[in-house]
Amino acid sequence: MSTATLTTNQQRPPAPAAEEPKPLTKKELAADHPTWCPGCGDFSVLAIYFKLMERARIRHENIVTVSGIGCSSRFPYFVQAHGAHFIHGRALPFASGVSLTRPDLHVFVFSGDGDAFSIGGNHFIHTARRNVNLTLVVMDNQVYGLTKKQTSPASGGGVKSKTDPWGAVDQPLNPIKQAIAAGATFVARTTHTNPNHLLQMMEAALQHEGFSFIECLSECVEFYEGAFDAANPRKGGVFNTVPANHDVTDEVAAYQLADAPFPGYFGIFYQVKRPTRNQREQEIIQAAREKVKHLQDWQILQQTFDRMK
Amino acid sequence: MSETTQTTPSPEATVRAHLIPEAVIRIAGNSQDGIQAMGSILARLAGRTEQEVMTFMTIPSTISGGPSIFQLRIGSGEVLSAGDEADFLLAFYQHSYEEHIHSLRKGGIVLYDTDHVEPRPEWQKDYVHIGVPISTQTIEAIGGTARDKGKNIFALGVVARMFDLNVPKLEQLINERFRGKDESVVRNALLAFHAGYAYAANHLQDIFRLAESRKRERVQVVMNGNEALAYGLIAAGVRFGAAYPITPWSDVMETLRRELPKYGGMFIQCEDEIAAISMAIGASYAGRVAVTGSSGPGISLKSEAVGWAVNAEVPLVIIDIQRGGPSTGLPTNVEQSDLYIACFGSHGDAPRVVLAPADVEDCFYTAIEAVNIARQYSVPVFILSDQSIATRIEAFPEPELEKVCQDISPDFTPVPEHKPYDLSAPDGITHHIPPGTKVLNGKYPVLPGLEHDEMGHPSASPKMHMAMTAKRRRKLQALARNLPRPQPYGPAQGDVLLVGWGSTRGPIREAVDRARAQGLNVSALHLRYLNPLPNGLEEIFAGFRHIFVVEMNDEGLYGYGQLAALLRARYCNPNIRGINKTDGLTFKVREILERLQEKLAGLQGRPVTLQA
Repeated sequence: MSTATLTTNQQRPPAPAAEEPKPLTKKELAADHPTWCPGCGDFSVLAIYFKLMERARIRHENIVTVSGIGCSSRFPYFVQAHGAHFIHGRALPFASGVSLTRPDLHVFVFSGDGDAFSIGGNHFIHTARRNVNLTLVVMDNQVYGLTKKQTSPASGGGVKSKTDPWGAVDQPLNPIKQAIAAGATFVARTTHTNPNHLLQMMEAALQHEGFSFIECLSECVEFYEGAFDAANPRKGGVFNTVPANHDVTDEVAAYQLADAPFPGYFGIFYQVKRPTRNQREQEIIQAAREKVKHLQDWQILQQTFDRMK
Repeated sequence: MSETTQTTPSPEATVRAHLIPEAVIRIAGNSQDGIQAMGSILARLAGRTEQEVMTFMTIPSTISGGPSIFQLRIGSGEVLSAGDEADFLLAFYQHSYEEHIHSLRKGGIVLYDTDHVEPRPEWQKDYVHIGVPISTQTIEAIGGTARDKGKNIFALGVVARMFDLNVPKLEQLINERFRGKDESVVRNALLAFHAGYAYAANHLQDIFRLAESRKRERVQVVMNGNEALAYGLIAAGVRFGAAYPITPWSDVMETLRRELPKYGGMFIQCEDEIAAISMAIGASYAGRVAVTGSSGPGISLKSEAVGWAVNAEVPLVIIDIQRGGPSTGLPTNVEQSDLYIACFGSHGDAPRVVLAPADVEDCFYTAIEAVNIARQYSVPVFILSDQSIATRIEAFPEPELEKVCQDISPDFTPVPEHKPYDLSAPDGITHHIPPGTKVLNGKYPVLPGLEHDEMGHPSASPKMHMAMTAKRRRKLQALARNLPRPQPYGPAQGDVLLVGWGSTRGPIREAVDRARAQGLNVSALHLRYLNPLPNGLEEIFAGFRHIFVVEMNDEGLYGYGQLAALLRARYCNPNIRGINKTDGLTFKVREILERLQEKLAGLQGRPVTLQA
């Protein structure tokens, strides 16, 4: 992710030892045993996250795992690294506060469709627009699982739940279109039943500078079993990757691909380079500090006070 | 404005000079007339000439237009409030004249714009009327514009002459005010100023000189409460903030947005209030205590996240510039009705710290103190300011910046092991290690919203919830033990103790001074620490027959304002009662004394003579 310079008056964490440490193993990365139901799609996302750390040789202390509320959002407790289990829907602004002040860290947010698109919908839009340097993985099961089967904003028309016993009434939200429209610079779609593809998407997101968003279909075996069978060849479905000739910088083409009926396509729909909010802030800081570079902080404040006499 | 006529010779034979200890000047016009600019130049001048000064302003909650006033009290002695009655009224319009003439003391001077104001004959005997064609004279001086630009500066020239103010210093201030704009703007402003000065010199016979004030050890700085909060946070080492615009909080965030990059920091305007507090908590978690703030409805929206910071024990500073509520309420008026939400506004048992600055200078130091308490006790700290301190300008001794500025950069030294919620820690006080810190035993902390064990991992065990709830409480009990005991203003025993918090300190002290001058046994107690309360208040309360908590909030369902109810609940002292008001304006000294008199009469069943 970011290699941007730290703000000038922040201490840097000690540089890593010259000798390259061994990659972390799953055993070193696993914390609490997950509380998910047996067969839950989220297990596969966690396993791939460990794999990503191992392959990218990222150390415990250099990642931050942040989440909101929901089944998926228990994630940080299962990872042996710095993390925070924040309030419902607000993981993105929390993670933005970490990312903006600590460009030395890799910041990952794990969320669900309710957390990210319903209660957190506003933050999803604005974090994408701001292009804050972090990765958001939404484990989309199209239902509220933790609270035991209520309608989610991603629930397809006609899906029955305890809050819509006759079937979901509202039009479901299309996460990929939403992300592109909001200004996300990396938008990808994958599914828990294809771990290799999931890992590819995670690796691409890790390398992307800016706001990277992955929608990962993640089946809720308890309350919406079989929801994603149509995307799983082992269950008679089809796994169609984004066509090889798709131009990932073509917003309209990405939008059209995202409109394909379920199971749709999997892969990177959209990816562009745009200055991150992190970089923009550093530019503002550098310009401001140019004028005061030989002064200590108290002397800068003194200059201001001298004008207030 | 008690005065003594001076016999010193004056260049003009007809001029009568009067020496006065202080003056209360009210400027009344519309919000786009630049009366705030005029007022702030006068306030700044007072600061530079070592006078005491305090201002008061009202602004309409409309985008443009609407009546607006700026009042200044300048004095050579201690100035504690913006003054009950004006000595001098400058009225730009008929409505300014008619609405504000009663704020003048009998015998006071009203200076009005003859181009817009028709004086009323029945008021001529009570107030000295001086008509000046401000609008036409301004146009004559700087050329015709129909928009009356510059008449505030013309009027400043008139005032400068009337009060014999330091002209070179005023010229300098005008230069500074318009610096950066087109050169013709500065030239026109100076032309208007000198035209006003000359007009007054030719037409007005009386001038009023302010008595020289005592020499000060330190030069004074002049700013409003919101600026003082912003600079206090910078001095404290805060380098990140996030907020959403709302009146009257916004100019704290505007100042920080502009200033923080110079120090390597940043301030982010968020999509909403919840994002703002969440981002600030994220930055605090990342290693350096951050700030968010708001007013009124915005504070309500932040409440859930405050509870998370309490539970996860993350330091945070939350500024609340109180305004009239509930809901959108009175956005540009003052009220002290957010004490409960600051102390209790979250679900569950969520103890946090609440501080309230008493004046503009105190805003600067309270900001530093809030940062240090937040860090020391790993807790969110509210700063309860209000609309009146936020917008009023005061002069105060310049802080010794080299001493007060602090470096709070995070420490990333690797640790052998780390228990973020160690229950054996003395007084329950634990500190986080920021991400980036290596933990040598490989066990890393997760900061939870769930009730948790000592490592931060979820635990619903009754024993753990009891222990962690107590841990979060014990920290603040330890803080209470370490707080300085407040000292009464006036003798420690007497008939009446007036208790106040926040911006009412000045008028309460002035009320005590006036009451004591009449031989009445009245003292005051000011509380800066509202949650937890400092120890030792019982002993102070025991010294008085009556304790009245003077607050700008409602008397509530059971007859007590917000602080009064807390004090009654805490000390079970039936002598604690309230003096409350909800008119959206600051307390006048006279109001406090009249209300006290009424209350005492009610209690004693007979009239009490307590003259204001």
